Amino acid sequence: MTTAAETPVPALGRSRGRVLRRLARNRMALIGGALLVVVVAAGVFAPWLAPYPPTEVHFSTPFQRPLTVGFALGTDDLGRDLLSRVLHGTRVSLQVGLLSVLLAVVVGVPLGLLSGYWRWLDAVVSRLVDLMLAFPFLIVAVGLAAINGGGLGNAAIALGIAHVPTMVRVVRAETLRFKDSDFVLAAHAMDAGPWRVLGQHVLPNALSTIIVQATVIMPAAVLGEAVLSFLGLGIQPPDPSLGIMLSDAQQYLLRTPWPGVFPGVAIALICLGFNLFGDALRDALDPKSGS
Amino acid sequence: MTSSDKQPLLEIDDLEVSFGSGAAAVAAVRGVSFRLMPGERVAVVGESGSGKSTTAHAVLGLLPGTGRVTGGRILLRGEDITHADEKRLRRLRGREVGLVPQDPMANLNPVARVGRQVAETLMAHGVASRREAAARTVELLAEAGLPEPRRRARQYPHEFSGGMRQRVLIAIGLACRPELLIADEPTSALDVTVQQQILDHLDRLTRELGTALLLVTHDLGLAADRADQVIVMSQGRVVEAGPARTVLTDPRHEYTRKLVAAAPSLATARTREAVTVTAPAGRATATAGEGEPARPVLEVDRIAKEYRVRGRGGVLRAVDDVSFTVAEGRTLAIVGESGSGKTTTARMVLGLVPVTSGSIRLGGEDVSGLRGARRRAARRSMQPVFQDPYASLDPMFTVERLISEPLRIFRVGDRASRRARVAELLDHVALPASVAHRYPNELSGGQRQRVAIARALALGPRLVVCDEAVSALDVLVQDQILRLLDTLQRDLGLSYLFISHDLAVVRSIAHDVVVMRHGRVVEQGPVERVLSTPAEPYTRQLLDAIPGSGVLG
Repeated sequence: MTTAAETPVPALGRSRGRVLRRLARNRMALIGGALLVVVVAAGVFAPWLAPYPPTEVHFSTPFQRPLTVGFALGTDDLGRDLLSRVLHGTRVSLQVGLLSVLLAVVVGVPLGLLSGYWRWLDAVVSRLVDLMLAFPFLIVAVGLAAINGGGLGNAAIALGIAHVPTMVRVVRAETLRFKDSDFVLAAHAMDAGPWRVLGQHVLPNALSTIIVQATVIMPAAVLGEAVLSFLGLGIQPPDPSLGIMLSDAQQYLLRTPWPGVFPGVAIALICLGFNLFGDALRDALDPKSGS
Repeated sequence: MTSSDKQPLLEIDDLEVSFGSGAAAVAAVRGVSFRLMPGERVAVVGESGSGKSTTAHAVLGLLPGTGRVTGGRILLRGEDITHADEKRLRRLRGREVGLVPQDPMANLNPVARVGRQVAETLMAHGVASRREAAARTVELLAEAGLPEPRRRARQYPHEFSGGMRQRVLIAIGLACRPELLIADEPTSALDVTVQQQILDHLDRLTRELGTALLLVTHDLGLAADRADQVIVMSQGRVVEAGPARTVLTDPRHEYTRKLVAAAPSLATARTREAVTVTAPAGRATATAGEGEPARPVLEVDRIAKEYRVRGRGGVLRAVDDVSFTVAEGRTLAIVGESGSGKTTTARMVLGLVPVTSGSIRLGGEDVSGLRGARRRAARRSMQPVFQDPYASLDPMFTVERLISEPLRIFRVGDRASRRARVAELLDHVALPASVAHRYPNELSGGQRQRVAIARALALGPRLVVCDEAVSALDVLVQDQILRLLDTLQRDLGLSYLFISHDLAVVRSIAHDVVVMRHGRVVEQGPVERVLSTPAEPYTRQLLDAIPGSGVLG
């Protein structure tokens, strides 16, 4: 409780470095950040970290347990080194996830802002969004695969397109919310044009919601890649992806769980890292939430 | 029930309430004691953060969040309910102690019929069976002053006006005939004339039923009008208590004295010094003759705003044939209740809403139909200050960025000179330069409104449009902001178009006044004449509705 009377302003830090400082003070941000660093490093340096090429088969040693000499995480049904495959799979999943989030943001955010701001445009954009929602993303993925063939790029594009509608709607709703707020009205009264209002007032205020939406899309895309690869529309075997590894492991799950557990854990860590860090980033960016 | 006449109904003894826990605990109420006899009406007065609402909520066991009673006792008819369990509290709420909450918009369920919401209270306390409840509900609504209660009971809250919703809440509060009714700012969201009707009705009802009333309010005048005893709270403590009239006419504590002095509803018109007009001497003679008012800054001529009503093909004239003139260095106030068209008028002047007909001239140039560069120039000499300083400042901007935004839009100066200008403006509105790097949420309401004023002054406008600029502020802060506006007017030769629902505020700041109702001008003229000898019955009605006017007026 604060008194609304004129109290002297307590000395607090400047705005510069504020976001970083607030992140550093948040335990969840540190955990999420650390997870992200580990996961991203694993993906980026996979070719150097992996002890074997991910597709190299060792027919003499299938289904090795973890901590076997030579295979730190064991091997799968074809004797491929699980550690190498998980590292490379993480690399692929991160690529697909980040690409599709990027696509959803780059296409969805401007569309959402514009359709929230101009009513005549809203009619067009909203019908387009409805149209996209009417197509299950699998159909889009099949279509793309039929035109260009399967592969990482097409999987990312299909997943990105699949998440554009939700992004458009979320940003549109935020734009509608802020468009009639008093501070936008004040900006209009000082002759701020629509671009200024959208870019400097609406977008920064909507940013926290956009970040949350992006951290929701990211793990969904990682899982979506698993689905597409399972259907043979995504990454083509024998290239590793966490999704392919999961689906391959299903057949032998009762005999040996390890080929399924490790990619599962990797997916969980990726999702957890993005969610924790995304939440913390949202709080740190928002000057309304405490100091 | 052994209600002897001597036993107080409610006794609060050295009550302490804290929020948070451990080292971070903040005391909101510190050692408050008072008692309330059966049938007595007590008002608790204070600014926001004074702990007045917290005290009331503690009685009902409705402390929000981490709040809890950390000391003292609350006795209801001798029974200690300080730490009563939830079961006891549920029986107590509504049945023994009724509550009329502040915001009638937020406190009714929008998807349930009004009648059901009243009946719910009756059935929850086992006062009536389902069948009886329906009939009783209609009686209660009629009693609360709702016309056509039978039909109204079947309607939904959105079909009700603010005053009618508050009547419903009163019906709910009194449904189980509690001995004590707690009214937490029951009318602060309502227009003055409606406020008066509601309070009159509440007064009569509680008198007839013999219900004791604990009235929580920020309005000293209202407290004086409606209560026998007044308790003044500040920062969690009782600073003064006593019979209403005594506290107001002869305040002992310094804080109460400040409150009484600052309350516009109680103060007589501020003795304003004659405003020296800083117009260039040579041009002021254009139309001015002997004793004529100064050169007009804003001339509004017969403007109207029509809205098409959906579906019925009709038009709603929100503003109808309104004309007025704001002279240089003077303040013109537009007064009216909600729906009077005063805000629409202000927005048309600001060019935020296009006019349907009529003309608006700023410094002699018609600005009502301007576009592009010329409108831009017009906006430069006219800036707004809005009602809610919490909403009108972008929360993502620092104070420096907020104040310098108009400068950036109009490409005034470079980075360094803009920074210097911000410092200068902060100085004008009496804020320390250190707030430049703060965010709005780190400032108090009054400080925020100062930032909004600084922003409005950034481009050196001739006219500032204040749309309810002080309505959301506490009395003392309101007084400070009004003084600031006054000082700025004198120093910078500003003209104000001041939109307000509060005649008392208008009396203290304006030179001229326009009274609006239903989109039309009812009466206009100099403040002294209109407010002391109003020609129209509506103006008189508005004046009579100012709380406290009967006590000191």
